[in-house]
Amino acid sequence: MKQARRQQGVIPIRPVPGANLPAGQRDAVLAAVGSHRDRPGNLLPILHAVQDALGFVPSDAIALIAFELNLTRAEVHGVVSFYHWYRGEKPGRHVMHLCRAEACQSVGAAALEAHVKQSLGIEFHGTTPDGAVTLEPVYCLGNCALGPNLLIDGDKLCARVTPARFDQLVGDMRA
Amino acid sequence: MRSIAEDDLGTPARDSDGTLVTLTIDGREISVPAGTSVMRAAALADLKIPKLCATDQLEAFGSCRLCLVQIEGVKGYPASCTTPVAAGMKVTTQNDKLAQLRRGVMELYISDHPLDCLTCPANGHCELQDMAGAVGLREVRYGYDGDNHVHKYVPGKGTVPNPRFVEKDQSNPYFTFDPSKCIVCSRCVRACDEQQGTLALTVQGRGFDSKIAASVDESFLSSECVSCGACVQACPTATLTEKSVIDKGQAEHSTVTTCAYCGVGCSFRAEMRGEEVIRMVPNKDGQANHGHSCVKGRFAIGYATHKDRINTPMIRARITDPWREVTWDEAIAHAASEFKRIQAKYGRDSVGAITSSRCTNEEVYVVQKLVRAAFGNNNVDTCARVCHSPTGYGLKQTLGESAGTQTFDSVMQADVIVVIGANPTDGHPVFASQMKRRLRQGAKLIVADPRRIDLVRTPHVQATHHLALRPGTNVALINALAHVVVAEGLVKEDFVRARCEVDSFEKWRAFVAHERNSPEAMETVTGVPAGEIRAAARLYATGGNAAIYYGLGVTEHSQGSTMVMGIANLAMATGNIGREGTGVNPLRGQNNVQGSCDMGSFPHELPGYRHVSNDEVRETFEAEWGVKLSPEQGLRIPNMFEAALDGEFKGLYVQGEDIAQSDPNTQHVTASLSALECMVVQDLFLNETAKFAHVFLPGSSFLEKDGTFTNAERRISRVRMVMRPKSGVGEWEATQRLSNALGYPMNYTHPSEIMDEIARLTPTFQGVSFDKIDRLGSIQWPCNEQAPEGTPLMHVDEFVRGKGRFLVTEYVPTTEKVNARYPLILTTGRILSQYNVGAQTRRTENLTWHSEDRMEIHPHDAEVRGIAEGDWVGVTSRAGDTVMRATITPRVQPGVVYTTFHHPFSGANVITTDNSDWATNCPEYKVTAVEVARVSQPSQWQQRYREFSERQESLLPTHDPSSMAVR
Repeated sequence: MKQARRQQGVIPIRPVPGANLPAGQRDAVLAAVGSHRDRPGNLLPILHAVQDALGFVPSDAIALIAFELNLTRAEVHGVVSFYHWYRGEKPGRHVMHLCRAEACQSVGAAALEAHVKQSLGIEFHGTTPDGAVTLEPVYCLGNCALGPNLLIDGDKLCARVTPARFDQLVGDMRA
Repeated sequence: MRSIAEDDLGTPARDSDGTLVTLTIDGREISVPAGTSVMRAAALADLKIPKLCATDQLEAFGSCRLCLVQIEGVKGYPASCTTPVAAGMKVTTQNDKLAQLRRGVMELYISDHPLDCLTCPANGHCELQDMAGAVGLREVRYGYDGDNHVHKYVPGKGTVPNPRFVEKDQSNPYFTFDPSKCIVCSRCVRACDEQQGTLALTVQGRGFDSKIAASVDESFLSSECVSCGACVQACPTATLTEKSVIDKGQAEHSTVTTCAYCGVGCSFRAEMRGEEVIRMVPNKDGQANHGHSCVKGRFAIGYATHKDRINTPMIRARITDPWREVTWDEAIAHAASEFKRIQAKYGRDSVGAITSSRCTNEEVYVVQKLVRAAFGNNNVDTCARVCHSPTGYGLKQTLGESAGTQTFDSVMQADVIVVIGANPTDGHPVFASQMKRRLRQGAKLIVADPRRIDLVRTPHVQATHHLALRPGTNVALINALAHVVVAEGLVKEDFVRARCEVDSFEKWRAFVAHERNSPEAMETVTGVPAGEIRAAARLYATGGNAAIYYGLGVTEHSQGSTMVMGIANLAMATGNIGREGTGVNPLRGQNNVQGSCDMGSFPHELPGYRHVSNDEVRETFEAEWGVKLSPEQGLRIPNMFEAALDGEFKGLYVQGEDIAQSDPNTQHVTASLSALECMVVQDLFLNETAKFAHVFLPGSSFLEKDGTFTNAERRISRVRMVMRPKSGVGEWEATQRLSNALGYPMNYTHPSEIMDEIARLTPTFQGVSFDKIDRLGSIQWPCNEQAPEGTPLMHVDEFVRGKGRFLVTEYVPTTEKVNARYPLILTTGRILSQYNVGAQTRRTENLTWHSEDRMEIHPHDAEVRGIAEGDWVGVTSRAGDTVMRATITPRVQPGVVYTTFHHPFSGANVITTDNSDWATNCPEYKVTAVEVARVSQPSQWQQRYREFSERQESLLPTHDPSSMAVR
């Protein structure tokens, strides 16, 4: 028999890394790897890019990222699990980060936290049953003079949040 | 758990080129190499600073905060492990403040640690326990009921599960992982990263959530863990513990010995209770392994006490008769009378012996002496015939000595590493870890292998070039590489002019410069793109120190010797020989294959590689041995088989080797063995060869013998007896008795006397003695007046033969060709967890990783044959056929299939042919034309084999069907 065409490139390993990722997620992970691969300290920017694109870092993405960067799965898992920012589950449509640091606590954040948890019916890291809101704690948003602070979807910073203001914000989100 | 016999100095030694720094620690002045940590300096001054996360096998980490010290003029309390010494530094290691700080730290550790010390497997050798004692911990103010990882249920809350508690992981057959005892010092993680280079472990989470995890929090067995055990050795508590220690308790004494697996020759401490091995711990002072090991050496020793072992001599008249247990005297007398009868009837040359590369130098030496002195012929050969005989021949012809040129440590100074036909991560794992460490430091890697071995791309390692040549085209490849070196002016002319035979060089230069050897011309032969070859050649010639490491993928070919010469040519032409970081390095397969060759196991060579026809050499031996020696070269193994079939060779003494499984064309081998009138097999088990034997002499495992092994870097290390021979008689002693019964007297009382005789007769071993090895740890030969402490690096100022000789290496394709009937090429290799014919490793838990040999086939070849993963496939060659299961993988190239030969039932060598190296008859295992097809039942050979094997087992005196190693 004639020699079939030669295989080039790197060794595919079994199970194929990221084989269980849905195509869209796989593409997002590969795009994230592609845009940061060549910078020093590429792992954190890649993980950020994945979470920015998908809202979370799927567990199956760990093997794919490790394979692409020629790291072990253990190394990537160690980094992902170290940073609380990286989330392993798909979040709700909106993510709220409620500040629990000292300055906010001194101006009523603890009471706000109780209200938030009660009105949403979830604990920290939880997502409301309707999938609208995921609640996360955060330790200082750098806006201490204007606490209690709440960050919505990573870019909208709300200051001097009261229970009423919170209810209004949630109402807007669910609208 | 660290060895019970070693002191831990806390941080690794520093090599500072002799620069010493003097400081004062607790009033004691001490000078240490620059870069040494304060902790190590203190330990060297016999001051013990408490520590948990530090160990001298790993770089300092500074996480446990127990080793804090005070340094005059320095603010605060720096960690002594991460603080390097400075001239004039004044250190205080103990005072009230430090004691208070350390106690505070210990209180926190102990508040989250079980208090079951009395029933804990680490009891008596637990560093946490020791440190609690050292810091004077008397109370834990925090109590034990707070947030913890210790208790399965939340304390005081009945059966409310504790979310932090994780059950013990017992998945690995050799050790357990109990996170409840973990102090997260990360020594295991760092051992896996730094020592082993597998990076299978991590610290998951952070703060109080931190937990050691294998891969993505999986079981150890399902993770990438290769079970080298470095983490177990590094663990300061009982978190990672050998199951043998859990079962049996702590060892009470330890003996340094040498591993009996691969050619790396790791030094181990056998930790013992009486005559029972509790565990094997790699020796920190081991010069080949520096305290590292693999799954085989550390864990796979259960075979030594396996119930399959035969400890009583047995004889029988015909191989169809049941075995009869007899006394040693009767067995020896019977064997001797048979050999004498055969020689009387068929002539002096009708008997011979095969020595084993798994036995000690001393044991091998007495067997070849028996052949030459008692049999009176030179019919002695060794299993190196089928592995590295081309290395012996090729390197002798070019460089002048039949051995590798470097130490393993030399790789740490290599800038370019070339791996040809070797798979170090499977075959030589401890050296592979060292090589990977160098690669992580930035050395470049070129791999020439038909198969994509792990080194081609594995975390933190990526070969710059993978020359995926077709099996059997090595010489074409090496010529193409040489062509580039010559044609592009990359020859190191000064070196060649000064060190080599210029005539031979010019002849070689003209030869390789010929257009037919260019990468472009050879592309169609090797299948490797010309550009890739050119780039690889440039990198090798110009990339700094370049070292070649090669294995059986070089030697086991019809042009094995030619390829070895080609490698030596290339190294000489580029000046990559004779200094650290370079060289030509055969990775020897078995523990003592170098030694068995050195000891004169070849039919044409007396010990020290000196030809039997050399009168002067023979006379020295005749004078010492008091007997006339034959100047005629004896039979090689394949010649013995042929002669047996011709009826001229009738008696064979086989020392610890399984030719019926390991040699090619099994059916030819077994037909030859069946033609013998007397075969004496000396082995631990009724191996495949012993099933054809008439006399069985029980052998002893490496744990039961005194002697020496010589590893791939010519390092002679001691093997020390930790338990008495189970058969009551040492192997050398059995050989000696046989010799005496044959009428040639041998009167050694200890193996050291045998080594003394070797030293007297062999110039390269002149200065070797057991006493000197004991003193130096190990010795690399040549060891003589010029080099009284041995020779780590060879060919430094001149080659052993004087001038290096270039030899023309014309590529001649093998006659084993693919055609329409046999369209695929089968090549064979090994796997990490198993060793050679598997006689040892198949009798251990290593079966967990590799319970059968599988046939690797490319998805394309599988698809056109309708083969799916795990299908039974028949593999047919011109020599025979067998059946095994298929694994579909693009690791092998299209047109090539691959398998291992660790299990006898697989019959990998039923398929391999009689082709062999032109110079040394080393079989061409690596190239066999085959066809592969789906089948539903074992091959006829396998059915016959199973039947025969079962019948042979039933002929054993104490037959126990459950003990059969055969499926």
